Amino acid sequence: MDTQNADARPVISARASSASASGTRKTLPMPVRYAINAVLVLIFLVVGELMIDGGVITRYQSTVLEQVGIYIILAVSLNIATGYLGQLPLGHAGFMSVGGYGCAIFLTRMMPVLGLTARDFVTGSPVCVFLLIGGLLVGGVCAAICGIIIGIPALRLKGDYLAIITLAFSEIIRVVMLNIDAVVGFKLTGGAAGLTGIPGYTNFLNVFITVVVVCFLIHTMMKSRHGRAILAIRDNEIAAEASGVNTTYYKTLAFVVSAFFAGVAGGLYAGCIGVMQPAVFGFMKSIEILVMVVLGGMGSMLGSVISATFLTILPEALRAFSEYRMIVYAVVLILVMIFRPQGLLGSYDFSLSRIIERVMNRDFPWKKKQTVRAEEVSADA
Amino acid sequence: MATMLSVQDLHVSYGAIKAVQGISFTINEGEIVTLIGANGAGKSTTLNTIAGLLKPESGSIEFLGESLVGVQAHRIVERGIALCPEGRRVFMQMTVAENLDMGGYTRKESENREELARIYDHFPRLKERRNQIAGTLSGGEQQMLAMGRALMSKPRLLMLDEPSMGLAPILVQEIFEIIKALHEQGTTILLVEQNAQMALSIADRAYVLETGTISMSGEARALLNDDRVRKAYLGG
Repeated sequence: MDTQNADARPVISARASSASASGTRKTLPMPVRYAINAVLVLIFLVVGELMIDGGVITRYQSTVLEQVGIYIILAVSLNIATGYLGQLPLGHAGFMSVGGYGCAIFLTRMMPVLGLTARDFVTGSPVCVFLLIGGLLVGGVCAAICGIIIGIPALRLKGDYLAIITLAFSEIIRVVMLNIDAVVGFKLTGGAAGLTGIPGYTNFLNVFITVVVVCFLIHTMMKSRHGRAILAIRDNEIAAEASGVNTTYYKTLAFVVSAFFAGVAGGLYAGCIGVMQPAVFGFMKSIEILVMVVLGGMGSMLGSVISATFLTILPEALRAFSEYRMIVYAVVLILVMIFRPQGLLGSYDFSLSRIIERVMNRDFPWKKKQTVRAEEVSADA
Repeated sequence: MATMLSVQDLHVSYGAIKAVQGISFTINEGEIVTLIGANGAGKSTTLNTIAGLLKPESGSIEFLGESLVGVQAHRIVERGIALCPEGRRVFMQMTVAENLDMGGYTRKESENREELARIYDHFPRLKERRNQIAGTLSGGEQQMLAMGRALMSKPRLLMLDEPSMGLAPILVQEIFEIIKALHEQGTTILLVEQNAQMALSIADRAYVLETGTISMSGEARALLNDDRVRKAYLGG
């Protein structure tokens, strides 16, 4: 089963046979790898829930944790467009706000239809769970549609031009949210005052599950044929095209998937904060998310997760120092960029399975390695 | 010999600059045909247009009786034309094996495995270094990798854009030996070269390009002895 699996892709079979030259290399079968990851996720979840239930984590701290999760989704999704596709879009906050408004408006309109109150979301009745999933999907789809509209013209441009055009689009989205009520003539987004009355449906559990699902989906996509096409475009667009990759399609796909997950994060954000105001989603928000990706290392999912966690908690932890906290934040960014310009983790991605395999093979880093191994660069499980 | 590729009166421009101005040539099945000429003669432009990376202004390109004008680049790969682009455009952050895998992107994985073995036979050095990151390979190895990647799509027509560029003479020799071997196995090759001596010595037929037009054409051996070619491209 294991060897058949490994032979399915030429790349993997090449690795396996290189190892067999120096004695058989033990590998973990895929189900075991999935099981290891599932157990890890469960441990995190149970510990988190117990700490919240036991009162170790205060209500304020758990709100911060929810925001950490939301920023993880935002950073990991932006990482598709920057780290994997190699473009520099600056409009992530725009997609986030579209998703947030989409989800919040859908939920607040559906609640009276289904006879639900805000209270039901806190107790978590089954209908609410489905409604919430639906709401997040609606948010994601709204953002993805905007992604298509923006992506098709914008992806003809590269580098700083793409950055400017995406920045402009996200500003357009913000202004539309601000003024759409006056134009269409009925209450939709609430204008500058904001959209209120959003039920507080976001909690640690559903943020955590969404983070895990999003990371899993992105990871699986990047490991697939489609993911390799996206990575090939980053490495060399002309060579990718000459190899038969439909570059227009895959650039748009990466951009739209990135926008979709930003929309999902926006949906959770709406439920976490409870009010949606256009002013929040200015371009500073986009920059903030981009900083997380760059700091963590472009193309590293774990890097995005760590830096999103760190940069969300840091300003909160420094709240006691009030006006000095933004200075500390800035200094941390400068120091990292001076000493680790490739980001905290570069393009390295963590894999527990890989470490276990190394131990099984007694193949430790301190033993001399002759070749740079493939696993250290690719986003592995 | 059946005609495989036929280019008629091809015009290609970059904005106001006319890079290719009405060239016509044919390639027969099983041949090595070379386009030689100085910098800016329009050689690479011609290859990129055939591969679908550039759109022609006018003219026709027919491959096995079907027009390639307006067909997207990835569809052209599926039809059996592979381009090995100029300047060793390998996927720098991928391993050698992953690069080759990308070359077989349009094909089934089971077919790729056989092809991979064949390519490792041609390029034993790639086999040794299959887990190495492509960006850390030497220039010659990157060129071999780019060629191997183009071959992974099992093309009916292989187009090589300046495979000798920036390589030491001994490596150029090695690359040309491989091109010869590929030809002997029946691959049809369109070779673009500035190294006219090497190109003419292995090709069947040749076309000389000058500022976007074909100035001479004929048997490669005849051109190798032609006075005008010798003066212009072979250093006396």
